[in-house]
Amino acid sequence: MPQVTLTVNGQTHTAEVEGRTLLVELLREKLRLTGTHVGCDTSQCGACVVHINGESVKSCTTLAVMADGAQVTTIEGLAKPDGTLHPMQEAFREYHALQCGFCTPGMVMSAIDLVQKNPGGLTEQQIREGLEGNLCRCTGYHNIVKAIAAAAEVMHGRRSEIARAAE
Amino acid sequence: MYDFAYHKPATVADAVKLLADPDAKAISGGHTLLPALKHRLNKPSALVDLSGIAELKGIRKVGNAIVIGALTRHVEVATSAEVKAAIPALAYMADHIGDVQVRNRGTMGGSVSNNDPAADYPAAVLGLGATIHTSSRKIAADDFFLGMFTTALEPSEILTAIEFPIPEKAGYAKMKNPASRYVMAGVFVAKTAGGVRVAVNGAGPCVFRQADMEAALAANWSVDAVAGVKQAADDLNSDIHGSAEYRAHLVTVMAKRAVAAAG
Repeated sequence: MPQVTLTVNGQTHTAEVEGRTLLVELLREKLRLTGTHVGCDTSQCGACVVHINGESVKSCTTLAVMADGAQVTTIEGLAKPDGTLHPMQEAFREYHALQCGFCTPGMVMSAIDLVQKNPGGLTEQQIREGLEGNLCRCTGYHNIVKAIAAAAEVMHGRRSEIARAAE
Repeated sequence: MYDFAYHKPATVADAVKLLADPDAKAISGGHTLLPALKHRLNKPSALVDLSGIAELKGIRKVGNAIVIGALTRHVEVATSAEVKAAIPALAYMADHIGDVQVRNRGTMGGSVSNNDPAADYPAAVLGLGATIHTSSRKIAADDFFLGMFTTALEPSEILTAIEFPIPEKAGYAKMKNPASRYVMAGVFVAKTAGGVRVAVNGAGPCVFRQADMEAALAANWSVDAVAGVKQAADDLNSDIHGSAEYRAHLVTVMAKRAVAAAG
């Protein structure tokens, strides 16, 4: 069986996998990182989004062997060891950007990539287009968009903390 | 999906040898092949991962053409300063394929080799009169796309790069299915040294050239020139998302938008 060595959230792992093992299966079933979800399993919904070398990727449509040697970040790798949330997680909490929460890990990972690629700021339209690969079946998009706009301000140093959501 | 052996060759020559096995399949981004394998539509004995082959990567200007390596991902075409300066319509197209995650993994060579009728790139390849470079020869775009999911590539032949002549102007517009984001009808127009070319994707079983629109634009490059040209609905695709007649209508609408985008 092929062997794959990859760094996940700063920790190096080596695992034996089948050729057909998906990256999301390796993360969830071998490494027990179950924050990354499988929603549709057809590359549509984005619940499985992780970062490979800093870019958002659907881990249900990536073979584990294709991530050999890569730096992978999952939702578990965002908060600081003391539990301080990443600004994007904090913004999702403050803006109530989740209802059932199933899509949230993928939304957060896609949103961070989107914000990092747009240091000059993002319009609402850009945020909505940037989320084309993520589906929320609760249709809670409005608050997700607001949360991402708020997190972008903090991530780019234009604000020191997440603004309180308007009541 | 069924299990398979996995190979990651470092050179095109090694990849061609591995693909001599008729049951082996090439993979790059995998965003079309892996979903197909999950549905067990295919049972390859081996996947030959091309992503480690350095000679298939990169974008460069050669004379009056932009040559794009087969492994170049959509995000790289969309953000390439060279492509944006020389063929902005191609960068625009790349920036509107699928979603962000598809663009982060999907490659030009994979999309063009697969020749999905609803894929974007085939319209640019045919519309710009590009030349396809393979592991053994060069093929003109007009001779490359043979039918639905069918190209002139031999089973063990690998698309290595695509050479796009820089046009005087070009534009692309598409109507996409709002759920799948695949093209329902798209039109790529280009004014090139070799004349006007108009390629239609999404509407038929395979990308095709629209001769009546080419003649109309050659006589008068304007939105009005294509507005009156109707696409016949014969042989166009019909499915739950739209009838052949609807797609035929969209072709004229998209042609107008593409000419407007080209300026």
